[in-house]
Amino acid sequence: MRGLLVGGALAIVFLAAALLSLIWTPYDVEALDIAAKMQPPGGAHWFGTDHFGRDILSMIMVGARVSIAVALVAVGIGIGLGVPLGLAAATRKGSAFDEIIMRSNDLIFAFPSLLIAVMITAVFGPSALNAIIAIGIFNIPVFARLTRGAALSLWQREFILAARVAGKGPARISVEHILPNIANLLIVQGTIQFSLGILAEAGLSYIGLGVQPPTPSWGRMLADSQTLASLAPHLVLFPGFAIILTVLGLNLMGDGLRDLLDPRIRRARS
Amino acid sequence: MKHLLGGIASLCVLAGSAYAQQTTLTIGMQLEPPHLDPTSAAAAAIDEVVYANIYEGLTRFASDGSVVPGLAQSWEIAEDGLSYTFTLQEGVLFHDGSTLTADDVKFSLDRARGEDSTNAQKALFADIDSVNVVDDSTVEVTLIAPNGSLLFNLAWGDAVIVDQGFTEDAKTAPNGTGPFKFADWVQGDRVEIASNPDYWGEAAKLEGVTFKFISDPTAAFAALMAGDVDAFPVFPAPENLPQFEADPRFNVIVGSTEGETILSTNNQQPPFDDVRVREAVAHAIDRQAIINGAMFGYGTPIGTHFAPHNPAYLDLTANSDFDPEKSKALLEEAGYADGFTTTLKLPPPSYARRGGEIIAAQLRAVGIETEITNLEWAQWLEEVFRGKDYGLTIVSHTEPMDIGIYARPDYYFQYDDPVVQAMMKGLDAMTDADDRTAVLQAVQTRISENYVNGYLFQLAKTGVADARIVGLWENSPTQANDMTAVYWKE
Repeated sequence: MRGLLVGGALAIVFLAAALLSLIWTPYDVEALDIAAKMQPPGGAHWFGTDHFGRDILSMIMVGARVSIAVALVAVGIGIGLGVPLGLAAATRKGSAFDEIIMRSNDLIFAFPSLLIAVMITAVFGPSALNAIIAIGIFNIPVFARLTRGAALSLWQREFILAARVAGKGPARISVEHILPNIANLLIVQGTIQFSLGILAEAGLSYIGLGVQPPTPSWGRMLADSQTLASLAPHLVLFPGFAIILTVLGLNLMGDGLRDLLDPRIRRARS
Repeated sequence: MKHLLGGIASLCVLAGSAYAQQTTLTIGMQLEPPHLDPTSAAAAAIDEVVYANIYEGLTRFASDGSVVPGLAQSWEIAEDGLSYTFTLQEGVLFHDGSTLTADDVKFSLDRARGEDSTNAQKALFADIDSVNVVDDSTVEVTLIAPNGSLLFNLAWGDAVIVDQGFTEDAKTAPNGTGPFKFADWVQGDRVEIASNPDYWGEAAKLEGVTFKFISDPTAAFAALMAGDVDAFPVFPAPENLPQFEADPRFNVIVGSTEGETILSTNNQQPPFDDVRVREAVAHAIDRQAIINGAMFGYGTPIGTHFAPHNPAYLDLTANSDFDPEKSKALLEEAGYADGFTTTLKLPPPSYARRGGEIIAAQLRAVGIETEITNLEWAQWLEEVFRGKDYGLTIVSHTEPMDIGIYARPDYYFQYDDPVVQAMMKGLDAMTDADDRTAVLQAVQTRISENYVNGYLFQLAKTGVADARIVGLWENSPTQANDMTAVYWKE
């Protein structure tokens, strides 16, 4: 429970910062002030300024929004395509249909996600949209596999048999009976994938394939300030901590949610 | 006890090596050359390894940029300026043991200017009519028209002399006449050269030089600090220089380069085909902010495409002073009162990536929105340089005396101006120094007043070297790491 609270709190802090950045940031993140570059954290700039004199706190806030938006849409793609595919495959276990879906999932899964991302951005050019697509594609097999595995075990249960006897077709059973029963699994996995999505976005923008300047992103903030680390460590520390704390928070939250939502673990603890 | 003895033993070894005179040197470079033939590609990294070390030309650049004798010990210019007779140095051997003769010179020059030549600077040889062998050690070069820059042209890395048995193998095992021989190339890591005992001139002081390729600025910093490389003549991260300056182990060498860093503009693409729009861009740019922000203060503002250390340079920065109000007025006059959106494509160096972000912010202030795309060099060459698919880009033109590119309408900024073309044509025919200066200054003024590109700053050469190294070039009159006079002091 403590993990869930701590994780949830961290996630909420960053979510709030991201939402707040939509209407207000302490400074304009696109306004440069070379004369005020690399100021240490202090009164006017809580987190200091970067090598162009931009306010790091404002950049972290907007960066949170970018990371969350990219990861959220990418997980959405994964759930939106992966779950229906997994449900469909589970209705006809062992059929050619099942094989085609699951083997093509294996194929995607076998590629390292960054490689897919590099490939996509090399062909279509680097942009936020292409980063989302790249991370999203990688999420599809994760959800397809999870859904199929969980659905297969449910298909053996009596209440499903009852539904079949009652004349419901596989599509209707999948939506009305299977999906609600695996929702907790999907929520837990979704949280984990969300944190991986944030990490992937940071990785892509670190190598210059994510959102393009002037929009700030945590990964690019790290990359830009790499050579300045020994001169002005705060340039590296703040985006670094932002990434660590968000991912840590989401992972703690995922673990906590699993404990909370899984009836077996909950019973064993009480 | 055993540990203690071991410790003492290793200390002795360390002390011993520290006192021995060092005779090898490791040079750090950011880019690895694609191959080692300077006569068939433009890549600066090739010249940075081979120029003056492995290959030599008839003439060569000295460290101050002057043209001095190379393989030609002397030359005579005919009265009409149409023929140059070169007398070759005596006893020059190629690294494979064959003797340099006039035939090799004829072969090299004919190959470079030949129809199927892949030389990156064929224009250097455009005025040569024929190359004739007079005897074994004398070559006559005749010209179509007098060309005052022939000796300068022949000093380029693209004009080095190769042996007449030249084959494609030379791309990985060059056979030159220089004070160093090619020794080894570990692809992706380093090229090694070793001193040439049979060198015709004054022998190199070092026994061997290793060129190590480190593309990442952070790794370059670490390699210098750890002593893995002894010098990084073009250090990629100017922000780290104050740290090296504060460290007595290192010398920071700040010199000039031939690199005019410009905001290249696609002169054929609307709205940049309107000179008022180009002028508006020029007035929107605060050069000093770019020099401070992107180069940490290293760089000299320029107002035209010419190196400030050249005697013929004109300071035309006033033509494009920072004046956002004027910029907005010009945009309104040109019918872009609400601004417009264009592309800004940036190659990898930090002057481009960082400079690009600053310029984007400065242009935004006058209403010009830019879509920034960061490109790798290969993509940049494909899309921007060859494809001409861009609005704005930032690049440093590092070739010496390259103002002639403004007379080439097919060049990537697509500036088609008959006046400049006529002036450059006239320049080629002039041999008198004063006349040449006058024309060069006229061209500088013309391109500055036509706002062909945004002229930003002259790239500084910011190098870092071990404080005990003597003889490295301070300035960069051409792309080279001339190792002939380099040595370690006690």
